[in-house]
Amino acid sequence: MGLEAKLQQDGFITTTIDSIIAWARKSSVWPMPMGISCCAIEMIAAADPKYDLARFGSEVMRFTPRQCDLMIVAGTVTYKMAQVVRRIYDQMPEPKWVIAMGACTSSGGMYRSYNVVQGIDQFLPVDVYTAGCPPRPENLINAVMTIQKKISKTRARDFQDIPMPKPETVNN
Amino acid sequence: MELKELIVEKLKKNFGESVEEVTDFRDDLSITVSTNKIVDVAKFLKEDDDLLFVMCKDVTAIDWAKRKKRFTVVYHVYSFKNNYTLRIKTNIDENPPKLDSVSSIWLSANWYERETYDMYGIIFTNHPDLRRTYMPEGFQYHPLRKDFPVLGIPGSLPLPEKI
Repeated sequence: MGLEAKLQQDGFITTTIDSIIAWARKSSVWPMPMGISCCAIEMIAAADPKYDLARFGSEVMRFTPRQCDLMIVAGTVTYKMAQVVRRIYDQMPEPKWVIAMGACTSSGGMYRSYNVVQGIDQFLPVDVYTAGCPPRPENLINAVMTIQKKISKTRARDFQDIPMPKPETVNN
Repeated sequence: MELKELIVEKLKKNFGESVEEVTDFRDDLSITVSTNKIVDVAKFLKEDDDLLFVMCKDVTAIDWAKRKKRFTVVYHVYSFKNNYTLRIKTNIDENPPKLDSVSSIWLSANWYERETYDMYGIIFTNHPDLRRTYMPEGFQYHPLRKDFPVLGIPGSLPLPEKI
């Protein structure tokens, strides 16, 4: 029972702009694959035909942050890498979401050590945490679906206060 | 003559008192030499026609925390001719933890010594480019020293601001 069934009856539907935009957004979540270590392998597996993340509209892994709205941080984030992760996150256009995939990203995991950030929520706003070391692809798909639920509840006015990024000026 | 006896005999003949200790544990030969002779010993091991230890596989250090000579610097060198790995050690003081670099003899020692400097703060004099390898520039500590806490020193590594 999809959209087609409704259209066959009357040829039109009534809805609100908010919900149709939220529906479009949640059905085309483009992930930024921040694959830093072993979790990335499971993330790749989730995108492969066996698990097929494309069923949820997330098959286009974009390797440029400028075309993405979901960052999947998959792997151990060291203090040195944290600067890079944050910089890439800052380049993504609003609105954007973050999945902390796996134990390392969520809490430092087994690396209770001086060089690993004990949870990326120390510098990123995380929406969904995924358990596992590494999480199975189903678990990642579950996280993406949780993000979709979250997106479907958003309204246009939620994003009104987000300032437009100012273009960088070059002095020469 | 067995290879191990040959190595020890040659070193003792050329360096005498500078060969401080020889141990043979589980078929691994370790030779402790004086710190000031380390470059000469390295050059000899590499260039002697019977030994030809041409490859430096590893340089690292041990922090003994409370020992009078706090650090031991360890070199693993390999001879293709004899198919043999030899361990050379030298003990150094804490203040200052300095010894000569062997990177002029084995080029591969360049990065190993940088790593040892990064992790233990051992200063290799005459090293061409003694910078940190792993930790960020500007980091003030040496993480593999025994007095460095496992979880690090709060605030010593910068994080981006929370949003």
